[in-house]
Amino acid sequence: MGLVFYLISAFAVGGALAAVLLKNLVHAALALTIAFFGLALLFLRLDAQFAGFAQILVYVGAVAILVVFAILLTKGSEVPKDGVFSKSWLAGLAISAGVFAVLAWAVMQAAPSLPNESAVPSVSVNDIGNALMSRYVLPLEIIAVLLTAAPLGAVIVAMHEKAGKQEKLGAPGPGSPRTSSGSWGGDFVSETWETRKN
Amino acid sequence: MTERLDQIFVVLKHWLLGYLPESWQTPVGVVISVVCIIGLYPALFAITTVLERKGVGRIQNRLGPNRVGPYGILQPMADGIKSLTKEDIVPTSADAVVHFLAPIILVVTVFMGFAVLPMGRNMVLVDMDAGLLFYFAMGASTELSVFMAGWSSRNKYSLLGAMRAVAQMISYEVALLLSSVVIVMMTGSLSLVKIVEAQNHYSYGLPHWFIFTPWGFAAFIMYAIAGTAETNRSPFDLPEGESELVAGYHTEYSGFKFALFFLGEYVAMFSISGLGSTLFLGGWMAPFAALQFIPSWIWFFGKLFVSMGVFIWVRGTLPRLRQDQLMNFAWKFVLPMCLLNLFVAALWRFMGDGWLRWVVCSAILILAYVSIGREGMRRKQFGPRSYRYAE
Repeated sequence: MGLVFYLISAFAVGGALAAVLLKNLVHAALALTIAFFGLALLFLRLDAQFAGFAQILVYVGAVAILVVFAILLTKGSEVPKDGVFSKSWLAGLAISAGVFAVLAWAVMQAAPSLPNESAVPSVSVNDIGNALMSRYVLPLEIIAVLLTAAPLGAVIVAMHEKAGKQEKLGAPGPGSPRTSSGSWGGDFVSETWETRKN
Repeated sequence: MTERLDQIFVVLKHWLLGYLPESWQTPVGVVISVVCIIGLYPALFAITTVLERKGVGRIQNRLGPNRVGPYGILQPMADGIKSLTKEDIVPTSADAVVHFLAPIILVVTVFMGFAVLPMGRNMVLVDMDAGLLFYFAMGASTELSVFMAGWSSRNKYSLLGAMRAVAQMISYEVALLLSSVVIVMMTGSLSLVKIVEAQNHYSYGLPHWFIFTPWGFAAFIMYAIAGTAETNRSPFDLPEGESELVAGYHTEYSGFKFALFFLGEYVAMFSISGLGSTLFLGGWMAPFAALQFIPSWIWFFGKLFVSMGVFIWVRGTLPRLRQDQLMNFAWKFVLPMCLLNLFVAALWRFMGDGWLRWVVCSAILILAYVSIGREGMRRKQFGPRSYRYAE
């Protein structure tokens, strides 16, 4: 534990709180990235290199970008007049507190049943690779099929849009699952101008 | 003598650390290495800017900078003083905090990549088990800073440039990762030090670099394309296309913050070239067994400069791609080739030694290259080329 742990935790929790409380959606997304980064640091502090770097690669590199893209493509970056908090925030708070309580209780209950290891278990990236390719190869394959299905679905959705619209800016290609938007550019420009007027 | 010259920096560091108490040696050693990295690459950046302006000038049939110092070699000094003394303008409508943080995050994440690059024998800051993964994790974080820069400027050109940059970087990052995975499959390690060691043997005086195999060569080509696109260099410099977007995501940056973006771009080029030479060109190894007496770090930085030269050459010769061409190229050509290359590498591994695997693997790759290329060109319906000359 020690000081470093508390510093990293404060970093992660602060980022998460900011993500919930900030009014501007893009700011919230950036704060969420800080929380992701804090989690990655926590993994690294536990000597879990693979999990830590994968966390940065996937969450900071891909999920955060996806969130930001989604915000900008759906005209969500403007702050609505009646604030970002919905009217049912109290109920939401109660539900999330309940879920947190159940999870915390489960973790607390499970802690004593774990084997009490005094030495830190050393798991190298090599071991993780071997385990994924031998013992856990079936789950890995299932996830791979799932992930392949997702881009295929995204491409199909994007193609539909294109057929209706007639390509104006030239075909944007089959598009990545993350960037497959039929109309590049147009939306962004109008949106910036609108935010400027506010 | 050669041995000592090879290890001169390592010996120097140990000699310096010898004067310190035991408990201080590790942290001070890390600080010394980090300071070296942070000092060295901006210096190389300064040299490269002159090389680039001179080189591109020659390609475009003009002289390039020739006023500051002999042959204009002091130009980077002048540029540095200029960018330090310029007024730092932040647009009134800009998001001040994000606008301020973006260049800093970019430079920090770009420099982090050097932590795992072996720059010579025993010259690596951290020999991580998951070095390659660390490198790519840091590379992925730069995308966010580009987005932050573009979004916080509140300028349509900035935002468009940032969106282009992020879309391009995400698309080509897939190719970058997949082309490097082949090397990991072959060496069975993510540690860059081990990857260099795996190439560190010679037969008939020639090295066993991964580029000298069919799958390695294909992966190197894909890596070079994806690396150029990742660093937003010409011909993939759409995010900064000055004829369309003023300067892309750093339109609203001036003074030293602009210099930081400039620095970040060039240091990213160094870093991606360094990784490329580590993965495919044997890192700090000499290209011939007979040349091993030359220190390893000279070879590493030599390879770095050769690839910078190629970057400059490509910039001077190729026109910029269009957005749809860029995306089509990434998803319809580079990605299928990378996926196929994974199978070819596996085939190579399990066919055992002998000439047969050379023939089979090369044949598959060439066949795929030709057929994917033909298929892509078929729908374009290009007529015969015609040239018009100025009267």
